[in-house]
Amino acid sequence: MNAPFQPDLISLDRLPIGTKGRVMSIDWASLDQGEACRLKHFGFDEGVVVEPLHLGPFGRDPIAVRVGRMTVAIRRNHAGAIHVSPLPR
Amino acid sequence: MNALPLVAVAGNPNAGKSALFNALTGARQKVGNYPGVTVERKSGRLVLADGRPVELVDLPGSYSLDPASPDEAVTRDVLFGNQRGERQPDALVIVLDASNLDNHLRFALQLIELGLPTIIALNMVDLAKRDGLELDARVLERELGVPVIETVAVRRRGIAELQCALDDMISSPVCGVHEHVRSDLIHLQRRAREIATSAVISETPVRRWTHRLDSVLLHPLLGPIILALIMFVMFQAVFAWSDAPKSWIEAGVAWLSNQVAGALPGGLIRSLIVDGAIAGVGAVIAFLPQILILFLFILLLEGTGYMVRAAFLMDKLMHGVGLSGRAFIPLLSSFACAVPGIMATRTIDDPKDRLTTILVAPLMTCSARLPVYTLIIAAFIPNRHLMWGVGLQGVVMFGLYTLGIAGALLAALVLRRGVLKGGGGGFMMELPKYQWPSLKDVVIGLLTRAEIFLKRAGTIILGTTVILWALASIPQARPGEKQSEISVAGYIANGIEVIVRPIGFNHDISMALLPAMAAREVAVSAIATVYSIDSPDERAGATKLQDSLQHRWSLATALAFLAWFVFAPQCISTIAVTRRETNGWKWPLFMVGYLFTLAYIAAGATYWVARGLGL
Repeated sequence: MNAPFQPDLISLDRLPIGTKGRVMSIDWASLDQGEACRLKHFGFDEGVVVEPLHLGPFGRDPIAVRVGRMTVAIRRNHAGAIHVSPLPR
Repeated sequence: MNALPLVAVAGNPNAGKSALFNALTGARQKVGNYPGVTVERKSGRLVLADGRPVELVDLPGSYSLDPASPDEAVTRDVLFGNQRGERQPDALVIVLDASNLDNHLRFALQLIELGLPTIIALNMVDLAKRDGLELDARVLERELGVPVIETVAVRRRGIAELQCALDDMISSPVCGVHEHVRSDLIHLQRRAREIATSAVISETPVRRWTHRLDSVLLHPLLGPIILALIMFVMFQAVFAWSDAPKSWIEAGVAWLSNQVAGALPGGLIRSLIVDGAIAGVGAVIAFLPQILILFLFILLLEGTGYMVRAAFLMDKLMHGVGLSGRAFIPLLSSFACAVPGIMATRTIDDPKDRLTTILVAPLMTCSARLPVYTLIIAAFIPNRHLMWGVGLQGVVMFGLYTLGIAGALLAALVLRRGVLKGGGGGFMMELPKYQWPSLKDVVIGLLTRAEIFLKRAGTIILGTTVILWALASIPQARPGEKQSEISVAGYIANGIEVIVRPIGFNHDISMALLPAMAAREVAVSAIATVYSIDSPDERAGATKLQDSLQHRWSLATALAFLAWFVFAPQCISTIAVTRRETNGWKWPLFMVGYLFTLAYIAAGATYWVARGLGL
């Protein structure tokens, strides 16, 4: 299934703090099985709205992301596997 | 035997499962391990309204029946009746966080499909209200087909209703579980979201408390400063608040040993009880206040939800040496004692991250090293004022702490490049909502830790102390002979001396190293004993001992001795807890091996450099 080309698609680690984005695709293949499982457990899924809330103090890593009603912390490299389309504020 | 009906409490992490379990069972809990795995099994007894007793077991928090950690695997295996050491539950209580339904319902849907009699505790409804969310429990009941009870476990609200519902449920017959539960997470997630949405009566968007607090506590600049302050207060508390209770315990032990010494005739038996059992166990129990204060802080930090934030703040730095942010708290705890520190590594999901943390935890300077450091520094380092109120003795003490930390970080780095290469589940954690922990949960947590600690003091530590006493007392020296040389321990010390002479250690130290295996601080009393046994005019006493040391040891030997204690795994309890937490002898032996090697190299280098400098 090919997602339609979207020029404004960015990875979650580049979504600015306080900006909501809709998850368009997740590159499951780039994650190991446990990591992929965890992300699914947290509710990451195509179509879900996410919002980065806080960044770690050193190297802006990890990232605290709101997903659904939960806030979860993930590392920047994992956020890179999640592609979102920013929503207007 | 007709076993009690078993009710399992299951739910997502952070759903308030343990608080609900505590509210249902009270302090009558048993904490153990599932056989073969390092997953804690917590069970308790509940008496239903009609007087029937039921056993309640608190399953490890899970996100689904597809396990992503050893804890989650236990949850799955218990539910399917495949877990060793556990019978199949007869009924289920599923705990849901009311303000996080769209996530928690996914696991609940899987659990309901098992077909066991099930009740849902819709927990933390108060926090949901605080966040402007009102839910209809009846809609949930209809959609899920099982009873739903609203609860606030930390305030004991809804507990009576939950017990009534349990009453009805236990009466209904059980007919096995369905082995085939849907595991299509995405599908379940979507269904969960539908149900969650349908149960919402009203939702007022409010700026959530947790978000406001996080803006401060996770602030890139303020966050680390606040964390440092909290850590500072914690250490102050561990050392300052424990002074008084510690001295009471020591006074009590001294009183007891005097009483016993007065009541018994002199000889081997009295020596065994007074010098062996009471002195040995007493020395260790004196650390109980420090351990309890440390655990009080850890329970509060965990209960409020701050602990995960600390891990969040520190993750990047810890990642630099191949650890995860979650290793921060266990390593911090190890400054008081490596035993609770190693036990705290259970919160680390990734097995290699966890093992690395366990292996480096003993390098953090624990409180048992303090008596050794204090004695040697006082005896050998001149109390010279350097500048701005900083003294040379303080600098040396600080240097020893720094050396330990540097050693731990370096060891972690090497381990992660070598034997523990690869893996590393990264850092993925839920940041739960902040809340006040209930006093009861904290007290139960403290009591459990105290019990575990005292049990160990009563068994392992008592055992080793008695053995070591026996080695040092048998055979008894005849007049003209030195007890320290004629005893079995003396002969063993001769053997040890051959190994440690190249790094500047003498026979006294070799003798002290053996009993110090039980606990590091024993080294001090052991040296004192050797000197007092050998020359009766020299009675053991702190100032006197200092003088004897100055006469008998060179400065190079003293410095080497300090360097040795920075690294040496001189603590049976740590080795025992490592064996328990890693399920076997492989890793504790590895730990002992690499730490003794480091200690030997460090002490040797110190000795020969000091000699070279003419000290």
